Amino acid sequence: MKLTGAQMVCESLIREGVDLVFGLPGGAILPLYQTMPEYPQIRHILVRHEQGAAMAADGYYRASGRVGVAIATSGPGATNLITGIACANMDSSAMVCITGQVARAAIGKDAFQEGDTTGVTLPVTKHNYLVMKALDIPRVVKEAFHIAGTGRPGPVLIDIPKDVLIEQADFEYPDEIDLPGYKPTLEGHPAQIKKASKLINNAKRPVILAGHGVIISRAFDELKELAERAEIPVITTLLGLSSFPETHVLSVGMPGMHGVAYASLAIDESDLVISLGARFDDRVTGRISSFAPKAKIIHIDIDPAVIGQNVKTLVPIVGDVRRVLRALNKQVELASHTEWLDQIERLRREHPSLRLPDNPKLTQQFILKQLSDITKGNAIIVTGVGQHQMWAAQLYTFSKANTMITSGGSGAMGFEVPAAMGAQLARPNEVVWSIAGDGGFQMTMSELATIVENKIPVKFAIMNNNFLGMVRQWQHMFYNDTFYATEYTGNPDFVELAKAFGIKGLRVTDKDQVADAINSANDHDGPVVVDFVVDAEENVYPMIPPGESINELVEAPDQLEAVLKANPDMMPPS
Amino acid sequence: MVIGGNTSHTLVALVQDKPGVLNRVASMFRRRGYNIASLAVGHSEIPSLSRMTFVVEGDDSIVEQATKQLYKLIDVVRVNKLSSTDSVSREMALIKVKSTVQTRSEIMQMVEIFKANIVDVSPDSMIVEVTGDQEKIDSFQNLLEPFGVKEVMRTGRVAMNKGPSSSYGLDKGSKV
Repeated sequence: MKLTGAQMVCESLIREGVDLVFGLPGGAILPLYQTMPEYPQIRHILVRHEQGAAMAADGYYRASGRVGVAIATSGPGATNLITGIACANMDSSAMVCITGQVARAAIGKDAFQEGDTTGVTLPVTKHNYLVMKALDIPRVVKEAFHIAGTGRPGPVLIDIPKDVLIEQADFEYPDEIDLPGYKPTLEGHPAQIKKASKLINNAKRPVILAGHGVIISRAFDELKELAERAEIPVITTLLGLSSFPETHVLSVGMPGMHGVAYASLAIDESDLVISLGARFDDRVTGRISSFAPKAKIIHIDIDPAVIGQNVKTLVPIVGDVRRVLRALNKQVELASHTEWLDQIERLRREHPSLRLPDNPKLTQQFILKQLSDITKGNAIIVTGVGQHQMWAAQLYTFSKANTMITSGGSGAMGFEVPAAMGAQLARPNEVVWSIAGDGGFQMTMSELATIVENKIPVKFAIMNNNFLGMVRQWQHMFYNDTFYATEYTGNPDFVELAKAFGIKGLRVTDKDQVADAINSANDHDGPVVVDFVVDAEENVYPMIPPGESINELVEAPDQLEAVLKANPDMMPPS
Repeated sequence: MVIGGNTSHTLVALVQDKPGVLNRVASMFRRRGYNIASLAVGHSEIPSLSRMTFVVEGDDSIVEQATKQLYKLIDVVRVNKLSSTDSVSREMALIKVKSTVQTRSEIMQMVEIFKANIVDVSPDSMIVEVTGDQEKIDSFQNLLEPFGVKEVMRTGRVAMNKGPSSSYGLDKGSKV
């Protein structure tokens, strides 16, 4: 069967089970858009900026487990994808990006809208391709989906010159993949699993550190089984939130820079850290030399390169978290750790961490607690990056599996709008709340038009403090209150803005309006923007200052000065 | 082996012979901050695969990380760390050295001792080709310095495990 390159792309996407793509056309990719109407089974969401396409594809993948697809044209179209691609790369999101390229003969000639797309995306993709003949398209698409969605997932980009999209060739979709250099290890090594089980069976104060890998491998039941069998408290990283119900008696919460103090302190006290699909990011460990000083470490991850990257591991196990846990759980004996759990309970009482501030003004903490209560911890939460993200992580009680979607590793502001759009399209029957900062929201709010066009009923909670809140917090804590270039004095009226897009807008300025606004947004059959006007002076606590150890934990504003005084050389690195 | 205070290690990678592979490898080394002292690439005994020899500077953990990161590149098929005792390594250098009627025979004597070859002669210079391990080439070059070395071109190390087996457990012609 002879097809054009563009038809081959569509045929291949269908064979990979794709029924939804995010994109924005331009000159070099037009032959594909010429062909797309022939394939109505693929729904195309027209975004307003390519970054929106990449981040929506990311949100779609995280919510559904199905590889997200983003399409853009050459040059600026492709470079606009990059923040989204880099974010997916850091957070292990499976995504296939298809970009148009100038015609083969024009490559390297500085042609109009030419860009070295494979060159500029090389460091932020799991793999990428420049397809120089139409005949290769089916193989490349098949490989791309395989690479993106297996092993440690990640973004794969396919760059296709315009004339390759037009070129005709025989179409045959390959049955098999021939990638001798790509064979992810899925099953854990039996000897290592045995060693791990022995450590677990002998541990007195074990903790599980559950990361994104638990969610990616859908190891929810297996994690619960391990935790319950041996009565092991579960600490979840930012990206591991919603891998384990926070309503569970063994749930301890998030550790690290802005985690709850008792989670960090529990790691500090533990004699065994069982890390599941987490990579010991600096935000989790603080100063690496004083991380988990009394603990042996079992590190289970599908990516061998993250094992031993940051911490010394006693038992490394390379494999898919779910499969490893299934094997491991068989060897883990029933146990109880009453004393240890009591100790953690004491830490929780001594370091409450999640007490709402005694502030008469409207605070983000208050709103997020209300949202958690009203939605019973069952909504899908998509956040941006900054204070609101940390408070959402702290105060939303994630009760349902895979409901937290956030830009963790890359920390890309603006993620909250397009990713929420993608998550809602992936799970149309669930309530999606985008927790936005007024800064991040303004980076990607052009996608509100996409949301209206496609009737995507995301609820946006803008935590509007007219500041880049987290940056302001750092200026306050480490830069002598030099509040330079963090105040937004020209913010739009977000309610009027929503109306201009044809979206229901609400403004909340007082605590007693919060519940009504949340309920009214939940009840509204369509997107809603709620402008929560919040106190800008609130800072996120607890905080382990960057580069410091858990001992330097600042739990409340009045402790800051003491900690800074005790550590005069404490300077904010990164 | 020690270069500039850092231990140097030899890694040999079998990679797909595709456009851009060298770029992928070099980009990874750069963005992860690993130091490559030398890099040599060429065809292997298997038509679709090339072999790269890296000399990486750093401690064992750096080399372990570099190996893992190499494996993450889709086009990299195998990576082997070669030990200095169980492998042979060679470099080649072309050295252009000033020569006059007075010095020519002295240079030729050194060429003889080092089993090097003179590959070009002009009235006031010659090009010498020398092969060997790094120390041999270093010392040959040092001995030529007094005559006036005009240009040096070194290939970077290539290396191979000793003994009958292929360092990858692959037989020639086997499908990878």
